[in-house]
Amino acid sequence: MLKLIFRRVALTLPTFVALMFVTFVAVRMVPGDPIEARTGERGIAPERLAALRHDLGLDQPVWKQFLDYAYGLLHGDFGVSIVTKTPVLHEFLILFPATLELALCALVFAIVLGIPAGVLAAVKRGSVLDHSVMTVALAGYSMPIFWWGLLLIMFVSEYLGLTPVSGRMDLINYYFEPVTGFMLIDSLLSGQEGAFGAAVAHLILPSIVLGTIPLAVIARMTRSSMLEVLGEDYVRTARAKGLSPLRVVGLHALRNALIPVVTVVGLQTGTLLAGAVLTETIFAWPGVGKWLIESISRRDYPALQGGIMLISAIVILVNLIVDMLYVAINPRIRHG
Amino acid sequence: MAEENAIDDPIPAGPERLVLSDSGLSLSAVTVAQAEPVGEEPSPLRAFWSAFSENRGAVLGLAIVVFIALLAVFAPWVAPHSPTEQFRQSVLLPPVWAGGNWSFPFGTDAVGRDVLSRLIYGARISLGIGLSVMVVSVAVGIVLGLAAAFLRGAVEVVVMRIMDVVVAIPSLVLAILVVAVLGPSLVNTIVAVTVVYLPRYVRLVRAAAIAELSKEYVVAAQVAGVGKLRLMFVTVLPNCLAPLIVQAALGISDAILEAAALGFLGLGAQPPTPEWGAMLADAREFIRSAPWIVTLPGLAILVTVVAINLMGDGLRDALDPKLRRS
Repeated sequence: MLKLIFRRVALTLPTFVALMFVTFVAVRMVPGDPIEARTGERGIAPERLAALRHDLGLDQPVWKQFLDYAYGLLHGDFGVSIVTKTPVLHEFLILFPATLELALCALVFAIVLGIPAGVLAAVKRGSVLDHSVMTVALAGYSMPIFWWGLLLIMFVSEYLGLTPVSGRMDLINYYFEPVTGFMLIDSLLSGQEGAFGAAVAHLILPSIVLGTIPLAVIARMTRSSMLEVLGEDYVRTARAKGLSPLRVVGLHALRNALIPVVTVVGLQTGTLLAGAVLTETIFAWPGVGKWLIESISRRDYPALQGGIMLISAIVILVNLIVDMLYVAINPRIRHG
Repeated sequence: MAEENAIDDPIPAGPERLVLSDSGLSLSAVTVAQAEPVGEEPSPLRAFWSAFSENRGAVLGLAIVVFIALLAVFAPWVAPHSPTEQFRQSVLLPPVWAGGNWSFPFGTDAVGRDVLSRLIYGARISLGIGLSVMVVSVAVGIVLGLAAAFLRGAVEVVVMRIMDVVVAIPSLVLAILVVAVLGPSLVNTIVAVTVVYLPRYVRLVRAAAIAELSKEYVVAAQVAGVGKLRLMFVTVLPNCLAPLIVQAALGISDAILEAAALGFLGLGAQPPTPEWGAMLADAREFIRSAPWIVTLPGLAILVTVVAINLMGDGLRDALDPKLRRS
């Protein structure tokens, strides 16, 4: 078991090194000079240009730049944003709670709806309910979520006037200092009446949009995993013993059926972070996804490099944890 | 070796693909096949079609895909107008059912272009992207996957670690990075999406080829003195094709979605190309005033992707009984 964990961790190390190399090379190849992108049409004095290039390390040979970059990464230095002049890690950490809050809410939405839907579809296999769940799931994982977001804004926000169109908070009516960076918690801590409600209202549509694909995936996975388990001998035994159907499904079958579902939920990290780019763009949500897109148009090399590096590191780590969790909850692997 | 399998899962990047399928129907296919008198074997194509057509959803998906493909191929004859011609006197005209007129059945956009014509020409672009991505990534995936499986050693390590990195970066973020490097255009969209989806084919081919390599017919071929290349492409590859075909079909729909997302972010096809995602981006500011130009392109993407996925699920059930679940 320990050996297994150790090998799995060791295998991710080369991935990290390769990731460093890939982000470095790719970002270096982005056309356009970061200084030109900032000075625009006005032009710049040659000596000032040289000084700026020196400050940014752009006058160094490329291999030296890479070694500096790798050395910095290992010391928690992800570079300094060319545009805002703040450390990339710092900027990322300020924005990341917004993305995390959105992603967690989306995941909760997907799990809370997806698992019961999958279980019901499996138990009532072949029924109208089963077909409806599977049809909705098919539409869900085929969904262009940026369009889905626009539709929801059009209908729920504009037509029904139920939710705000964009952002995380109603900034005209409420103001409070960020404490945790999570709007739901900060709004409660602020003690201002209505602030929490406003935070929730802002979260609803983005969470639905971002949670749609994971919801479909989780529902399908739960259904098929449940169907498999329901055909097992021990479920038949439990039924034969005269246990209530609820007990058989809910206690005996579900526990085993959920093992593969845990893996699938974990693998949604990548989907959620990729989806966050689109969702945040549509809802003007100030998170890392929107920041990344803006970094490209500003030619902010370090921000882009550091941002992609950090996001990918999160995905790698979460996948690693999911692998371990899978081993931990699945006795067949643990003892096998 | 358990962790080896966990990492190089034969169906990577989409565990959901394993599952799908509504197989009450296909079960009956098996019974029917067994009931038939033994004697003459049906031709493989016939057997495939009978298994495929048992799944009504798959047939419906196929019909829609064929319809959209025909629209795409015959776009210049089917579309009422040019996709880029601007009718300045009829800007933001609503569709027929909302009080528009029949010369612009789906209305017009902000510069007076016919929405229906743009949608029809858009099918060319989306299907074109989907197919190109699929062909290129399958071809490259086969070469890299077989090389990793046959050469093992350093080649395998390098190829598979690179694939690990590609998988670690969230799909759209990687596609955005590639487009940022190469510049936004239709061709670069195809390159970006191909890079993103390459690992699933490489892993699939490698895993399937390694499984085949231990079988006796491969040993027999080796003993008979078959050359390495022939062994790879003629002996082993055909036996890895079934899961690959299924993955390729489903990969088309993923590629279409990814390309549309890039188009929507302004990083894909550039104006005035009638790309569905880019059309949506242009339409954003008219959410209130002209909902049809927001609704229709997205609907086109959704219908196309659903149809391809339905077809892919049917393909999987028909071609790859091992993957069939429940």
